[in-house]
Amino acid sequence: MRDVAVVGFAQSPSVRREDSRNEVEMLMPVVEEVLAESGMGREDIGFTVSGSCDYLAGVPFSFVSALDAVGAWPPIQESHVEMDGAFALYEAWVRLQHGDVDTALVYAFGKSSPGSLRDLMALQLDPYCLAPLWPDAISLAALQARVLLDSGRITEADMAAVAARSRRDARDNPKAQVSGDRPAETLLEEPYLVAPLRLHDCPPVSDGAAAVVLAAGDAARRTSARPAWIRGIDHRIEPQALGVRDLAHSPSTARAAQVAGAGRGPVDVAELHAPFSHQELILREAIGIDGGVAVNPSGGALAANPMMVAGLIRVGEAARRIHDGSAGRALAHATSGPCLQQNLVCVLEA
Amino acid sequence: MAVTAVLSADHVLEYPYKRSVGPVIGRFLTGLRDGRIEGIRGADGRVLVPPVEYDPFTAAPLDEFVEVGSSGVVTTWCWVAEPRPQQPLERPFAWALIRLDGADTAMLHAVDAGDIARMRTGMRVAVRWRTERTGHIRDIESFVPEERR
Amino acid sequence: MSQVASEPVTAVETPIRLQYRYTAGHATTRFLRALTEGRLLGQRCPRCRKVYVPPRGSCPTCGVPTDEEVPLADRGIVTSFCIVNVPFVGHAIEMPYVAASVLLDGADITFQHLVQEIPAAEVRMGMRIEAVWAPREEWGPSLENIRHFRPTGEPDAAFEAYKEHL
Repeated sequence: MRDVAVVGFAQSPSVRREDSRNEVEMLMPVVEEVLAESGMGREDIGFTVSGSCDYLAGVPFSFVSALDAVGAWPPIQESHVEMDGAFALYEAWVRLQHGDVDTALVYAFGKSSPGSLRDLMALQLDPYCLAPLWPDAISLAALQARVLLDSGRITEADMAAVAARSRRDARDNPKAQVSGDRPAETLLEEPYLVAPLRLHDCPPVSDGAAAVVLAAGDAARRTSARPAWIRGIDHRIEPQALGVRDLAHSPSTARAAQVAGAGRGPVDVAELHAPFSHQELILREAIGIDGGVAVNPSGGALAANPMMVAGLIRVGEAARRIHDGSAGRALAHATSGPCLQQNLVCVLEA
Repeated sequence: MAVTAVLSADHVLEYPYKRSVGPVIGRFLTGLRDGRIEGIRGADGRVLVPPVEYDPFTAAPLDEFVEVGSSGVVTTWCWVAEPRPQQPLERPFAWALIRLDGADTAMLHAVDAGDIARMRTGMRVAVRWRTERTGHIRDIESFVPEERR
Repeated sequence: MSQVASEPVTAVETPIRLQYRYTAGHATTRFLRALTEGRLLGQRCPRCRKVYVPPRGSCPTCGVPTDEEVPLADRGIVTSFCIVNVPFVGHAIEMPYVAASVLLDGADITFQHLVQEIPAAEVRMGMRIEAVWAPREEWGPSLENIRHFRPTGEPDAAFEAYKEHL
């Protein structure tokens, strides 16, 4: 395997409604910033790959027009996944293994404010027997939360504690959308949104963009004083039918973490893409994260959840803590699909 | 460049999808039209409802249909106090995963329970059929708590 | 759609309908606002100096913001065109009509518009054209303020003048 590192990361602030800028205008400063941080120009990038979803803003083939933000001339090597940018990063990592290019730009953007995110997410479901019922994203997560609560492994107070901690940590994150210091006990006084989920158990609807630069071997050492080396990366998926899956556990996360080598040593920080509070508890168990690890010091997806971006932000946030010396080994996780259907785990080391 | 208030406009995206369903989903939907629910036996012997063309674990093609009951058990649920547009019911309802009698997996549908206090995991629910059925998942109007039948 | 009870179901209708509130963004907003005043506004790339209309706030080849605004004339040339003989749903234009790629004087990118007031068979590449505006009281934030383009009668532009824009 070729050594590949995250050498740059940039993200826009996550906001509820990015009224004044279109997706290209949102993305462009982020791409500028990540290239500047990596000490590269566009001509230094060997491969470009993005993650996004056209349905979010209702603009067909928006990933094509988004290329305006990177400047695709002279013609560039480019790819796209209709998934979170973390899965685009996986493609970039695989691409760099070929050895003919040394650098990759990965970007993701999501502008959910023009539409109704929780409703349109039904379109990712089985189109014959599920999507025609229009189960919304919050309701499906609520079904999963109930399985956990019924199992006795967690309580609603545990879920509120995750939300309270995430919001507290987000106060130090200028890019976060939701922050505060309300204790879990007062959060529990709020009414249910979709029982057993309250508003704080759910992610905000966010507009945002993020970008990462990957570099291999000497190219990474040239551009970064402290590259965040990808020591393991893997993603796994579970069957589509919700009724077939064990919603209380995440075997796909457990398997990805194992293959990525998460357990080969302690991690200083873990950035878990858990859009709903109970999902952090499932992921902690699946990966085997103990109480001493700083989980989601950025505030996580409960503080900012730009769709198709929040997973890539987890990788970026984990890498940033290696870049700045505050972590020596970090874990990042990203998810896709309803109720943690597909999961990616990435282990980064200084 | 002076700052200008941005323009915005309503935009509706509509696709009138008509999907071919194939022999397996087709048989399931045909059953719904005729007031019958059929699953399929998986590679490990479990009965999967709704049926799938290929085993979710081994990818083996499946073809042994099994009729299951039109009532069953709620394995998990959530309460929708404010239904969204296009959802099966306009009044508060529960989404539930329901394991029908004779099935080994649960299917998603709405439960018209009237009040959250009537919902609990493990409760029995039964299909309420739509009168005019066409071979569509919404031929099941919703499930209802069994004691209310 | 109801099916005969004895026939197996072979298809299912699953229409989707999603509602959005679409925002134009800065560059497009300024372009559309200028149109309400009967002006055409482009943007120039600071790097390659190309002028884009309608502007999208960025240069697609350089990937940099295009902040400098450039007023453009409402006249230019036909770089390419097609003659449409097949009606589309929702179209109210008489057949046949000419849809052309229009390169405004001073712009580096073409956009689509109608060419009328000339028999379709006489439209040609390089033909000089000018905008025919709708009555002022009908103007809104739309390129439809220009009803169509028509020939100016000037000599055709040489192929060299637009060969980079095909």
